[in-house]
Amino acid sequence: MSPLLTIAAEEMENPLIPPIPELVIGLIAFVIVFGFLAKKLLPNINKVLEERREAIEGGIEKAEAAQTEAQSVLEQYKAQLAEARHEAARLRQEAQEQGATLIAEMRAEGQRQREEIVAAGHAQIEADRKAAASALRQDVGKLATELAGKLVGESLEDHARQSRVIDRFLDELEEKAEATR
Amino acid sequence: MSADPTQVLAFETDCHIFDGCGFPSPGLHSFLFEPIWGDGDSNVYFNKTMLLALLGSIIIVGFFWAAFRRPQVVPGKLQMVAEAGYDFIRRGVVYETIGKKEGEKYVPLVVSLFFFVWMMNLWAIIPLAQFPVTSVIAYPAGLAAIVYILWVSLTFKRHGFVGFFKNVTGYDKSLGPVLPLAMGIEFFSNLLIRPFTHAVRLFANMFAGHTLLLLFTIASWYLLNGIGIAYAGVSFIMTVVMTAFELFIQALQAYVFVLLTCTYIQGALAEHH
Repeated sequence: MSPLLTIAAEEMENPLIPPIPELVIGLIAFVIVFGFLAKKLLPNINKVLEERREAIEGGIEKAEAAQTEAQSVLEQYKAQLAEARHEAARLRQEAQEQGATLIAEMRAEGQRQREEIVAAGHAQIEADRKAAASALRQDVGKLATELAGKLVGESLEDHARQSRVIDRFLDELEEKAEATR
Repeated sequence: MSADPTQVLAFETDCHIFDGCGFPSPGLHSFLFEPIWGDGDSNVYFNKTMLLALLGSIIIVGFFWAAFRRPQVVPGKLQMVAEAGYDFIRRGVVYETIGKKEGEKYVPLVVSLFFFVWMMNLWAIIPLAQFPVTSVIAYPAGLAAIVYILWVSLTFKRHGFVGFFKNVTGYDKSLGPVLPLAMGIEFFSNLLIRPFTHAVRLFANMFAGHTLLLLFTIASWYLLNGIGIAYAGVSFIMTVVMTAFELFIQALQAYVFVLLTCTYIQGALAEHH
């Protein structure tokens, strides 16, 4: 036994000097605890704690993903709805415009047809008037010649002179009519 | 009343007040036990304290074995309790002092230290055992030595030879002329006194606690005669109160022991100023 240990053994009364066997046993006891905990049991529980953390976070992530998806679907739906509304409004507007142009076109067409009919009427009237005028001129010429022959008592044989006289007469009549119009 | 290490019980049972028998006060002899096996004069023996130490470590391993051998993601009751204790030390002590990143490596050591010390303290109030293993200096000294060796080697590894001395002496140029004095004090405080106080803090608390419990327990028995019975009642109430108080002190001292351990490790890892 070393001198130091002899002193230790002699002074067992001093509670601050550690007895070697107890020191050794104490360390062995601690190493047993540390060995089991550090090598097997704590790694075990750490693995499970990690798994649990992942499970919880996975659940949260799933919920978040579902929420995000719902949000995006809602937004999509809203966008579609807005688009549909916009489309409907646009269609209505278009229809209104189309209707307006149609009415305008039809009105223009009616106007055009009316003018055509009026113009045709005028032309017809003009032609009738001209025909009537020329027929009247012939009839008046014949009647006037007859009347003049009867009145003068002689037959105006000279045809050329006769028609010249009549034409001049009629022209004068026309001029008079123009002047009075 | 003598320092007879062969004494098994803490006091003599046939001694009461007014019987012409002195008060068998507790003392150093209350912390010495006759070897169960071997020779107390040689260094090969086995006594009650050793038995409790080994039994205690078996109880801790048994408890955590039952709780963590096949841990479930959804924990049972036992696992939940063990997890709470484990988490308390891991988050409440290690992460708080050393930090999560650096501290993770030391969690098994600190957790083992805490539950070991706590168990050894708890023996003080467990019926039939009723002796705190940590009130024998050898046990706290062994644990403090482990922490001390870890602290010194960590400081060397982290800071190198010069850095070690700067770290240990708290080298700080801004101290000016006081620097040599401060360095001397810091050197003694950190390198020589600290392991000693680390061990003695635990030892002395448990030693004193056990002495107090013994005092009131012995007094309760000793006063049980004549008018002394009334005082024995008071003493017994004090025994109960002190037992409850010890229960608190045991956990607190275990906590303080590991908190200091973490502080030392943190100091070794920290960049010196």
